[in-house]
Amino acid sequence: MYTASELKKGLRIKIDNDPYILTEFNFVKPGKGQALYRCKLKNMVNGNQFERTFRSVDTFEPADLREKKMQYLYKEGDKYCFMDNETYEQIYLTEAQMGDAKNFLIDNIEAEILLFEDRPIGISLPNFVDLVVTEAEPWAKGDTVSGATKPVKVQTGYTILVPTFIDEGEKIRIDTRTGEYLTRVKG
Amino acid sequence: MDKSIPDDKFILARKAEALRIRAGLIQSIRLYFINQKFLEIETPVRIPAPAPEEHIEALPSGNWFLQTSPELCMKRLLAAGYPQIFQISKSFRAGERGKLHLPEFTMLEWYAAGFDYRELMNQCEEMIIAVARHLDFVNGIVWQGKQIKLASPWERITVSEAFEKYAPVTLTEVLNQDKFDEILVEYVEPNLGIVRPAFLYDYPAELGALARLKADDHKVAERFELYIGGLELANGFSELTDTQEQRQRFMEAQKLRAQKGYAAYPIPEKFLLSLENLPASAGIALGIDRLAMIFADTCSIDDVVTFTPESL
Repeated sequence: MYTASELKKGLRIKIDNDPYILTEFNFVKPGKGQALYRCKLKNMVNGNQFERTFRSVDTFEPADLREKKMQYLYKEGDKYCFMDNETYEQIYLTEAQMGDAKNFLIDNIEAEILLFEDRPIGISLPNFVDLVVTEAEPWAKGDTVSGATKPVKVQTGYTILVPTFIDEGEKIRIDTRTGEYLTRVKG
Repeated sequence: MDKSIPDDKFILARKAEALRIRAGLIQSIRLYFINQKFLEIETPVRIPAPAPEEHIEALPSGNWFLQTSPELCMKRLLAAGYPQIFQISKSFRAGERGKLHLPEFTMLEWYAAGFDYRELMNQCEEMIIAVARHLDFVNGIVWQGKQIKLASPWERITVSEAFEKYAPVTLTEVLNQDKFDEILVEYVEPNLGIVRPAFLYDYPAELGALARLKADDHKVAERFELYIGGLELANGFSELTDTQEQRQRFMEAQKLRAQKGYAAYPIPEKFLLSLENLPASAGIALGIDRLAMIFADTCSIDDVVTFTPESL
């Protein structure tokens, strides 16, 4: 159990059977009045946000959240299937739960699946993935403007801005947190 | 670099302008009160018995306490025949930490015999205008993007009017639902003192602590708060001079504190005794750190103090 005074930004608590993350937290206390805690909360399942003011006597249950390493197997309809390599247990995430991660999924990639009370609700990929460029306009020789970019498509179907010298068939490194190009991967 | 090691050269150097404004502010305040023939006094920071208040927690210091405000000692001076006194000192409140709160903060407190709360509002207004002029803020101030005019007269709005104007429910309703603090913070405060500073006054009697009740309306305490840009800066009132009633309010506060499991403070008997001689008067406490925030245009109290507890 947490009391309101123990709340802080980033803390994850359970309200009405859903996990919430505190995205903002402010201690306020009107003159001669009581301590209040003004919070912004985000529902970790559906993403809904709202503001609430708590009193110091209010208590909160921590959200039972854990992460589990699982391997991506395949996509079926709009469901993504992952497997625990030790227990062979399989779970499914929806398109919405995948969020941006679906842009960087390659076969057999290992990801951290976020579980709320053993129910899968989200995913975090390794910070960097290497993907093959499958479609790119050829590099026009002489186009040497530094900093110039062009859009290319990678093997997952994701379109990304890269430097003009990147060609089809090359491998590039992408930061999965920002979705941005980092560098060309040789070999 | 390890995050837990504060980078003094960066953090403290960045505060130079705010600290310069803060120093000028304190000097100008002193100057104002000296010109008004107020006596600057110092009272002990460590005291045996703080005033019991429902929502203010004192920090123990040995078997005594650090003052939560210099109020009790200053009123004893007032009762002993010092009619105009001011003090700039540190006060301490347990568990108060946020963008606008430090557990150790600097307070300006002053008392004037023969004043009531309305006259004190006028003096507070006059003092801040004089200070602003002295600091070369001639055309008002800009605080967090808000243009605030300081020219007299400032707004005066009763608590009841303010709830009527800004809150979705009336004052009577919020008091019945025990939601005064929440509604004040969410709906009322953000609208106070936006164009020019505002005094919120005439508080419900139960929120009056050490304030005198209005002679013609006992449901209202002669208490006010000053707001600039939605930020609460000062709390003042016509002083309660009735020993019996003050004792009763202390007992009431002790009872509420006990219900919440807070430690009982010794009753400040010498203070209660001195009330017998307290002249009709008014007193006010103003947060120096917050006023420095206004003049230095910063959004956090951390920006106007040299060190926060976390950086020590």
